[in-house]
Amino acid sequence: MIEFYNTLLVVLSLLLICILMAIIRIILGPTAPDRVVGLDTLNTIVVVGMVIFGAAYNLVIIVDVAIVYALLSFVSTLFIAKYLEGGRF
Amino acid sequence: MFDEIIYILLGIGVFFNILAGVGLLRFPDVYTRLHAGTKCTTFGSIFICGSVILVALKMWYQGGAEESVLALHTAIALIAILITNPTGAHAIARAAYRSGVKPAAAVVDDLKNKGRRKK
Amino acid sequence: MISFIITTVICFITYLLLTTGSGTDVWIWSYEEILIGIILSLITGFIARNVFVKNNLRMLNPIRWLIFLVYVIGPFFVGMAKANIDVAYRVITGKIKPGIVRISPNLKTDLGITMLANSITLTPGTLSVDIDEDENDLYVHWINIKEEALKKKPVDYKYVCNGFPKWIRRIAE
Repeated sequence: MIEFYNTLLVVLSLLLICILMAIIRIILGPTAPDRVVGLDTLNTIVVVGMVIFGAAYNLVIIVDVAIVYALLSFVSTLFIAKYLEGGRF
Repeated sequence: MFDEIIYILLGIGVFFNILAGVGLLRFPDVYTRLHAGTKCTTFGSIFICGSVILVALKMWYQGGAEESVLALHTAIALIAILITNPTGAHAIARAAYRSGVKPAAAVVDDLKNKGRRKK
Repeated sequence: MISFIITTVICFITYLLLTTGSGTDVWIWSYEEILIGIILSLITGFIARNVFVKNNLRMLNPIRWLIFLVYVIGPFFVGMAKANIDVAYRVITGKIKPGIVRISPNLKTDLGITMLANSITLTPGTLSVDIDEDENDLYVHWINIKEEALKKKPVDYKYVCNGFPKWIRRIAE
């Protein structure tokens, strides 16, 4: 519980609106690459949200989870892209 | 003064992140959506992570011990985002082109001739 | 052998950065974390010795790192700010004129091409789509094409990324 607690939680709730918009794009998206674009954006916003959450509650472990999530989501994006290209693994 | 800088940085970051969401919903095809979804989220992440680093440094200056670790790890997360985000966008764009999605309302398309010239 | 050592050292430095504040034995690290870090970075260096370094040691020069920092803080960040204001304008008004153009920046190394492609993706109105691996040409999706740029093919890179290849040639080649 820190000095900027309320501000950081307001920022977090505004980021939830961005996540909602990305989810709408994932549901609507006419083609598969559209959905992957929405997923990529969503991953980045989730990482930033985790960093803010860790700062608001002063927990370093959540920022560590954010680092690992960023790297794993990058790998998953690359694999989905490879799959869409039709390449062999 | 220091607090106002933190509020301004947080405001800029959230503005660009929301802009990324609006751009995702408004643009007509995959490539233009990638423009919005990559640039704006990366730029917004820089500002939000920067403000978190400033918050942690302020708490460290006021006598906390663990907050320097928070600042360092936030910086590492920011570097991870900065390296992975454009690379992922490039991979998605190439996959979209090879899976047959053509850019909507394109004025010019040089990539169409790529395979033909090689043979 | 030299690539194995470089990879191991970089892994170990990253591990040390991620475990600061774990104890007070060696400045701000504990003995256990340092031991585990050495073992893990030896394993990682052995596995990834042919991936990370490709018989090209010019990035060990600290002057190149200094130029890289100046590049990221100076022209790159200014270009990124311009790019975002530009995208904000396009999101609000919806005026777009997209197309895919081919540019030839004349870079030779893989690292240089990677850095240029990432810079292009993050700077005004452009997104790298594909790469011609024989001639190191880039195919760039451009959100708002200028008419005068289309007269010559391949398109002059000054329209797409003003001056970035010069900086990257100084860093990576």
